[in-house]
Amino acid sequence: MSAAVALKDRVFEVLAHVLDPEIPCISVVDLGIVRDVRDDAVVITPTYTGCPATLAIEAAIRGELDRAGLSRLKIETALAPAWTTDWISDAGREKLRAYGIAPPPKGAARSSLRDDATCPRCGSARTEEISRFGSTPCKALHRCLDCREPFDLFKCH
Amino acid sequence: MADPVHECALRLGDDSLILGQRLSEWCGHAPMLEVDLSLANIALDLVGQATLFLGVAGDADKLAFHRDVLDFKNCLLVEQPNGDFAQTIARQFLFSNWQELVFRELTRSRNATLAAIAGKAVKEVAYHARFANEWMVRLGDGTAESRARVVDGLEWVWRFGDELFEVDGVIEPLIASGVSADVRKLRGEWDQRIARTLADATLEMPKPRRAAKGGRIGHHSEHLGHILTEMQFLPRAYPGAQW
Repeated sequence: MSAAVALKDRVFEVLAHVLDPEIPCISVVDLGIVRDVRDDAVVITPTYTGCPATLAIEAAIRGELDRAGLSRLKIETALAPAWTTDWISDAGREKLRAYGIAPPPKGAARSSLRDDATCPRCGSARTEEISRFGSTPCKALHRCLDCREPFDLFKCH
Repeated sequence: MADPVHECALRLGDDSLILGQRLSEWCGHAPMLEVDLSLANIALDLVGQATLFLGVAGDADKLAFHRDVLDFKNCLLVEQPNGDFAQTIARQFLFSNWQELVFRELTRSRNATLAAIAGKAVKEVAYHARFANEWMVRLGDGTAESRARVVDGLEWVWRFGDELFEVDGVIEPLIASGVSADVRKLRGEWDQRIARTLADATLEMPKPRRAAKGGRIGHHSEHLGHILTEMQFLPRAYPGAQW
C-alpha cells in the first residue's frame, strides 16, 4: 500500500469520529464533505452555503486531526464541484433513518425538487410536507399519514 | 479603478447581504412557525452567499460591517421595508426568480470562483423561488384580505424590477469576457415566470411605472442607512469583537 493511500485511509478513519454538530448521528465522512486527502491537506466542501455548522465542523475536524498527530495537514475548502446529497454514503443514509430523519431521494429523483419522503418510523410512503424549511437549512418537515408521526426529511440537493 | 470582477462580486454579495438582513427581521415575528423557519432559512442562505461573494471582492466582514451607505451596490428592491407579509413575499417573488436565472447563467462564468459559488447557491435559490411562487398563489387566490394585501405589496415592489436588468459600463466588459451574466438576456424568461405565477394566483400584472434605479452606483433609498445602523452597530461599537 502506498503512503498516500495509507494516509488517506488513516484520515478517513480519524474523521469518522467527527459528527455533524446539528445531526450528531452522522459523521463528516458519511456526509460526503471530506473530498480529498493530499500529502499536506484535507479538502472539505460545505453542504449548504449558509449552513451555520460549517465553521463548527471545520473546528472539529482540526481538533480531531491534531489529536491524531496530523497537525501538519491543512484544511482546504473547495466549493466546486458543489456538494450533493448523493454523496451521503449508504451507511450514512441508514444512520439518518435510524435517527428519525428520512434520507434524501438519490440520483434522478432529486433533480425534480419533489421531496417524496418515506416515513423513517413505520416505512409508509403515504406522507405529506408540513414545511419545506425545517430546523436546519438541510431539512424539511413532513408528516406520516399512517403512523401520524411528524419527521424531518433531509432535503435533496 | 478597482478590479471589475470585485465590483461584480460586490453587487451580487450586497444584494444577498441586504435581503438576508431584511428577512432576518421576521425571525420570531412571522405569521406562523413554518413561515418563520422558512424566512430565517432563506435569510441564512442569502447571508452565506454574501459571505462567499464578498470574499471575492475583499475581506467579507470588513465589507459588510465597515462600509457606509454610498459604498453599497445592492439593487433598491432588496432594501425595501418588509411591510406586511404579502409585501415581503412580493419582494421575494421578484428577487428569487431573478436570482435563480442569474445564478444559472453564472455557473458558466469564466471566473471559476464565481461559477462555483453560483453552482452551490442556485440549488438553494430554486427553493426560495418555489416558496415565493407558492405564497403568491396562496395569497392572491386566497381571501379578499390576502388578495388585497398582495396586490398592494406587488404594486409597491414593481417599480424596483427594471433595475435588476440594467447593465452599465462596469459590467459590460465582464459580460464580453464571459465573467458576468448578461441580465438583459434574462428579462424575457423572468417576465414569463412572473406572468405564469401571477396567472396561477389570479392576479393582474401591475401596470408599468417609472422605474426606481440607482442602487448599483450607490444611490439608495433612505431605508438602507437604517438597515446598516442595526447591522453594523456591534462591530463598529466594539471593533474586533470576538464571540
